[in-house]
Amino acid sequence: MDWIQGVIDYVPANAALLRELTGNHLVQSILPIVFGVIIAVPLAQIARLNRSAGAVMLTASSLLYTIPSLAMFVFLPLVLGTSILSMVNVVVALTIYAVALLMRSTVDALNSIDDGVRQAAVAMGYTPLRRFLTVDLPLAVPVLIAGIRVISVTNISMVSVGALIGVPSLGRLFTDGLTRNYPEQIAVGIIATLLLALVLDLLLVLLERVLTPWTRATSSRTARAAALDARTVAA
Amino acid sequence: MTVPEQSSSPLPMIRFNGVTKTYDAGRPAVDDLTMDIDCGEITVFVGPSGCGKTTSLRMINRMVEPTSGTILLDGQDVSQQKASELRRSMGYVMQSSGLMPHRSVIDNIATVPRLNGVPRTEARARARELLDVVGLASELGRRYPGQLSGGQQQRVGVARALAADPPVLLMDEPFSAVDPVVRAELQEELLRLQRDLAKTIVFVTHDIDEATILGDKVAVFAVGGRLAQFAAPEEILRAPVDDFVAGFVGRDRGFRHLSFQEGRHVTVHPIETIEVEQLGDPTVSVLSPWTLLVDADGRPHGWVPQATRSSITTQAEAVPGGSLYTRGDTLRRALDAALSSPSGLGVTVDDDGRAIGVVRAAEVFDLIESARVDRGRADHNTAV
Repeated sequence: MDWIQGVIDYVPANAALLRELTGNHLVQSILPIVFGVIIAVPLAQIARLNRSAGAVMLTASSLLYTIPSLAMFVFLPLVLGTSILSMVNVVVALTIYAVALLMRSTVDALNSIDDGVRQAAVAMGYTPLRRFLTVDLPLAVPVLIAGIRVISVTNISMVSVGALIGVPSLGRLFTDGLTRNYPEQIAVGIIATLLLALVLDLLLVLLERVLTPWTRATSSRTARAAALDARTVAA
Repeated sequence: MTVPEQSSSPLPMIRFNGVTKTYDAGRPAVDDLTMDIDCGEITVFVGPSGCGKTTSLRMINRMVEPTSGTILLDGQDVSQQKASELRRSMGYVMQSSGLMPHRSVIDNIATVPRLNGVPRTEARARARELLDVVGLASELGRRYPGQLSGGQQQRVGVARALAADPPVLLMDEPFSAVDPVVRAELQEELLRLQRDLAKTIVFVTHDIDEATILGDKVAVFAVGGRLAQFAAPEEILRAPVDDFVAGFVGRDRGFRHLSFQEGRHVTVHPIETIEVEQLGDPTVSVLSPWTLLVDADGRPHGWVPQATRSSITTQAEAVPGGSLYTRGDTLRRALDAALSSPSGLGVTVDDDGRAIGVVRAAEVFDLIESARVDRGRADHNTAV
């Protein structure tokens, strides 16, 4: 069990490097999620309003998703004029993937809203933009966050691939560990990646709970109300 | 825009002027509809599915745009007004309440005032008042719609429609998704509210009973979007204008029409009674073939037939009674009390529910018949 001791010893000895790589890794994972949501939500609404454009957009986004990440990391500097080592390449690539995934799930999320609620919003006199922002979007949050959770896990693992071409992230622990034949370093990399994925997922679950208080209130209170009814009937 | 002619009667609140709606060049959903909806009245659009009643309703607030014709709201062409602002000027209640599941009950009610720019605290204070108006406890205000029963949600829907105090309420089958008991309650509540508020209400339903209970005027729509008859409910039941209306109002229409005939003149006969406490005492005999069982307060609890008096010693063993007739109520209630009673005698009660006597079916029939003769004289100026 020497290697476990090796892993434990590795962390304090390389704390500064770990902090830096974790920071880089987080930036490259989270920024694409934020940009992805900002871009995908309006696109999804456009896709819903214009069916033919929507069909083209959804097909195009699915095609983009099939481009291998490594190819994207190598190709993007040519398009963007960035250095091959720049984190921008990874952020842009993962944003494209995030948009591709989120657009479809956002369309589904917006389509899942009860038509009666939407009709009511129209009848109450909401303007289209206000209805989208204050009725459609909040109600789409649960499905939207389900999509974001998938993307967050995928991003955490895909960011590591950037290390192959030298973009700094926790992936460097793998490339470095491989060339130096240093399994403890690889193990630390795996554990750190897993922890990041878990923490990010937990934060997203918390975010959903904060944004959708009505979903829990409804299920728990309905159960309580049903129990109350049952008691009344029994009495 | 056509300007309605000046007349001595006040301007109608809503005027349909040759309104047609056609979808995809098919048969019209609404066919050349012209009608005036008067201020402060409940006008009910009724008809089978696909008759264009909901389409007609939704053209008033421009959720549906007419293919041709104009709709005037208080003399103004609705198509010239901004749709979102027009809609805020009218309350709208829909079938599946349509409440926002992510907003508390209070915030749901405050929706339209908030859209109109009323500050949040003010809008919420008004919403709390409205909870009381529609008969909901104030603590329900903090809940989400999903935590309410169907009937409560419908009440919140009505409160939301009233929040900006609009002169016009559009109600699209608002009570059709709740059970019959709750529906009757909600109908009564609506009539009570209307007595205080005097809104112009356009109410869509497929239920002719609901139409005759609620409507000051009833518009019967036929398939194909044709307005078949537009009249007071009493007239629709008594004198349907064609076979379609006669068929739609149904084979019970004669019976239903009795709801519009008051029973002030029904003779109430005295009836022998026996008190619940006396049942166990075999020395208390009954003299009539049917004796009414009452409690200490005089409320009826069924019948004691003379033939089986000796075997009835508790209230549970008495013969259950029929429906009760409250003195002065309609002939429909009087007749039903008599017909549903095992003794053939309709138990009549006063406003406090105490038995005061019985009515006989035959005498109710006599009243119905003489009312018909009177009407015939009035209508045709001749004996019938």
